Amino acid sequence: MGTFAYFPHTDEDIRLMLERIGAGSLDELYGDVPRDFVFKGEYNLPEAMSEQQVRDFFSALEAKNTKLKVFVGAGAYDHYTPSVIPYITSRSEFLTAYTPYQAEISQGTLRYIFEYQSVICSLTGMDVSNASMYDGPTAAAEAVRMILACTKKKTRVLLSKGLLPNVQKVVETYSKFHGDQIDYIDLEGGLTSLESLKKELAAGDVAGIIVPAVNRYGIIEDYSGFADAVHEAGGVVVEYCDPSALAVIKTPADWGFDIAVGDGQPLGIPLCFGGPYVGFMACRKDYVRKMPGRIVGQTTDSEGRCFVLTLQAREQHIRREKATSNICSNESLMALFVTVYASLMGAEGLKKVNCLSFSGAHYLYEELLKTGKFAPVFDAPFLKEFVLKPLVPVEKLQKKLLEGGYFAALQTEEGYVSFCVTEKHGKEEIDALVELVKEVEQ
Amino acid sequence: MKYYDKLIFELSREGRSGYSLPENKFGHCLKELPKALRRPAAPELPKVSEIDVVRHYTNLSQMNFGVDTGFYPLGSCTMKYNPKINEEIAALPGFNGLHPLQPEATVAGAKAVYEGMDKALAAITGMAGFTFMPCAGAHGELTGLMIIREYHRRRGDTARTKIIVPDSAHGTNPASAAVCGLEVVEVKSNANGLVDVEALKPLLGPEVAGIMMTNPNTLGLFEKDIKEIAALVHECGGLLYYDGANMNPLLGVVRPGDMGFDVMHLNLHKTFSTPHGGGGPGSGPVGVAKHLVDILPDVKVSGFNGNFGVILRAYAYILMLGRENVKLAGKYATLSANYIKESLKDCYKLPIPSVCKHEFVYDGLIDDGASKAPDGHGATTLDVAKRLLDFGFHAPTIYFPLLFHQALMIEPTETESKETLDDFIEVMRKIAAEAAENPMILRDAPHCTPIRRPDETTAARNPILKYQDSICE
Amino acid sequence: MSKVIEGLRYSESHEWVKVEGGLAVVGVSDFAQKEMGNITYVDLPDVDDEVTAGEDFGALESVKAASDLIAPVSGRVVEVNEALEDEPELVNQDAYANWIIKVEMSDPSELDALLDAEAYKKISD
Repeated sequence: MGTFAYFPHTDEDIRLMLERIGAGSLDELYGDVPRDFVFKGEYNLPEAMSEQQVRDFFSALEAKNTKLKVFVGAGAYDHYTPSVIPYITSRSEFLTAYTPYQAEISQGTLRYIFEYQSVICSLTGMDVSNASMYDGPTAAAEAVRMILACTKKKTRVLLSKGLLPNVQKVVETYSKFHGDQIDYIDLEGGLTSLESLKKELAAGDVAGIIVPAVNRYGIIEDYSGFADAVHEAGGVVVEYCDPSALAVIKTPADWGFDIAVGDGQPLGIPLCFGGPYVGFMACRKDYVRKMPGRIVGQTTDSEGRCFVLTLQAREQHIRREKATSNICSNESLMALFVTVYASLMGAEGLKKVNCLSFSGAHYLYEELLKTGKFAPVFDAPFLKEFVLKPLVPVEKLQKKLLEGGYFAALQTEEGYVSFCVTEKHGKEEIDALVELVKEVEQ
Repeated sequence: MKYYDKLIFELSREGRSGYSLPENKFGHCLKELPKALRRPAAPELPKVSEIDVVRHYTNLSQMNFGVDTGFYPLGSCTMKYNPKINEEIAALPGFNGLHPLQPEATVAGAKAVYEGMDKALAAITGMAGFTFMPCAGAHGELTGLMIIREYHRRRGDTARTKIIVPDSAHGTNPASAAVCGLEVVEVKSNANGLVDVEALKPLLGPEVAGIMMTNPNTLGLFEKDIKEIAALVHECGGLLYYDGANMNPLLGVVRPGDMGFDVMHLNLHKTFSTPHGGGGPGSGPVGVAKHLVDILPDVKVSGFNGNFGVILRAYAYILMLGRENVKLAGKYATLSANYIKESLKDCYKLPIPSVCKHEFVYDGLIDDGASKAPDGHGATTLDVAKRLLDFGFHAPTIYFPLLFHQALMIEPTETESKETLDDFIEVMRKIAAEAAENPMILRDAPHCTPIRRPDETTAARNPILKYQDSICE
Repeated sequence: MSKVIEGLRYSESHEWVKVEGGLAVVGVSDFAQKEMGNITYVDLPDVDDEVTAGEDFGALESVKAASDLIAPVSGRVVEVNEALEDEPELVNQDAYANWIIKVEMSDPSELDALLDAEAYKKISD
């Protein structure tokens, strides 16, 4: 038998262990498995690689990808990751730990989750946050069930058509199978329409709504009158937010909303082809018992302050089919990621990140319009992402940009193209992008 | 271990910061936004320098136990070693920097990772194809159940709204079924801890969408009637779901697809060595038999492509294993579990003595020392678990499965050496002896950890859930 | 030994009922509170909710367990014991003094199906 770095068993160990068990061979331990189920063939896998071969294998795959300058958002934002973060999140005491059920040897994890909850509450203005969800879209999908649990007698949940397409899709998938009725609030001039909402509310069966803080066109929504309208109708309001943007734009609490969900990815999490990211969910105190997921609380031991998982009787391992959700593992390490990010940046750093993104985006917007290759679409305030109507063929535009090393001008369902700028993009890079656009022919 | 009692917020000092950002050269500023849209007051976040952050989290890490610190005998969690090459691969900038919506031609390497994983997992499980969208095991369960419902729906068979779940199942099974809009019907276990086939028969019918099975089950026992169960369920028109949480002992030995399962999930953070991260990120790819492959693209359960970073790690692990070593993984895990089981049955009650797979369950101490305690209460399973922490081991899974009142569920995995297992066995014997002699040593444990047993009742009655609440106290 | 009070009716799921001026006052037995241990939360229904005998109307939570509250009789909830929202431990202190809901019964004959103190003592030993 050859040796393998991850299996410490020597032949002598195996012999002694089998002897203690009273078995003649390893195969005998599978004596209760029907013979025809024991796999007798060769597994269709490559031969075992050495560590260096694995490294070479992935270097070769890596080389097949093209590293682009990312000027697209659409739910994944290319913000800068300070070097401190991966340094901390790769510490094996955090990385290789289990879920902190044994509080006595998990104070590190429990404390950072408590800090994470505090950060999410600060950013959203909400009273309580859970310990994280899978990603933003699934957090929104879980919010539908939470809305229905908070308003027992109502049956319908409305989504703004301004939510990102992938958020809508995941919410639809979850709701279809759980049997929840979903309808839509129309847009008007690129903004979620209060008129459309009021029309739906008149039916009297609306349990709640989910609306984006910054919508799929990058527009910052104005929700004056929304909270009152929904609350009067006996519903609750969920806002889908970019937590980075919340450092500078009105929070769900400022609008009088009840629940905040979204993806923590814009808080410095690498794009990584879509994951791992981290969903968040926070709410007003009254709704904490209806909130899915783990929660950490402060308490004491005989010596003083410490932290534990709490309010666990809502969860699947205790409540089984009556739990608020089936979520078990979440994205704990990514919660540490965004906590370290928020600590390094602080309110001031986050404001600067937003200011740089805002400024770069507005500069690009103006420069693109000057090229004459685009027409404006909406006249509404945006933060770091915007759409334009292309006056040149989109394929040609995208091809030109791609050749120049840019991922930009993502086409939307309506035929617009969207751009996104973050603090990672300097003026030279933007100017070079604009130069490429100028070269695109009709 | 020393106890470090700080929160990052408490290190905050006006005028400090930990970021470094470029100058704004664009001639715009946020004041251009309408005031009605701007946040009235800045969020309360720490104001700390970089070294404050580094020291704080380094100190926090030192109050944590991980696989790199010591042994986890944690049943149903498969806390195997997390190879370091996996981390290096996941951090490669050519993967890390990819936007999920980039054009196909620019992400050929990433696509190849998914294709390679799809092939490898199909080879290992005997399923036809996988979706990688689910971000955790429970998420995989939900996705798998959606696929089952969608299969029935497409056949116009809408009456199938019930799902059968054994009473020994993980709590996520019934919870996932409920989230999927299915009604849970529980099937009992027999005296040997296996699904009772006779109890199953009357539950089957035209309303049954399928059955969720964990095999080996949460007692670590192989459901040897699986062939008959599969035939019965298929005959009534239902599908079989395989909960891959317990796949590890079958890794390289038995393929769920060959046992008749139609849908399954795998926990890459268990069976395929990716780190647990203190509770995620995980990855729960779902595999299906040929007749269900068409449904996979229609079940969109997460924002983009699932947890790509986790999938990369698992792929690196599979390539290290290769076709040779994969055949040893499950067998060594089973060897380790049986070795512990046989070594401690004279001091811990072993309700089901037959050969186990990757894990097994004791039902508490044989002598809990009740007669030696002033109040007549002996040491419980919780006390044994807490005392283990004093000796540098993680606790086993306790009070699960629910079939036994003092359940201690132990799963050692294949990456632990005989010496580690022997140390654990010795400590477990020592704890049993302490219990018999003076159970108060256990009841007051742990004694040597960063904190003592926390007051969980007060935590739940008067929740303090964020820093801002704690300063109001 | 847990306390059982004469004159109340009991369900097999450990709720008690006292009839007071046509209303059914419902709580949980001393046995139930002991089994639960430290109660950390009482999940109460809303006033005007309809409850059905044999179906759950709320739940008790402890740190590691949750137990459904099963309605012993059917009817409309006319009052809930709001003190339990802030002090769930009252149920531990005295399970009989601290009722949970008051129900306007839709079918008082359902009371006959419940156990008397003598019969309840036998199942709660």
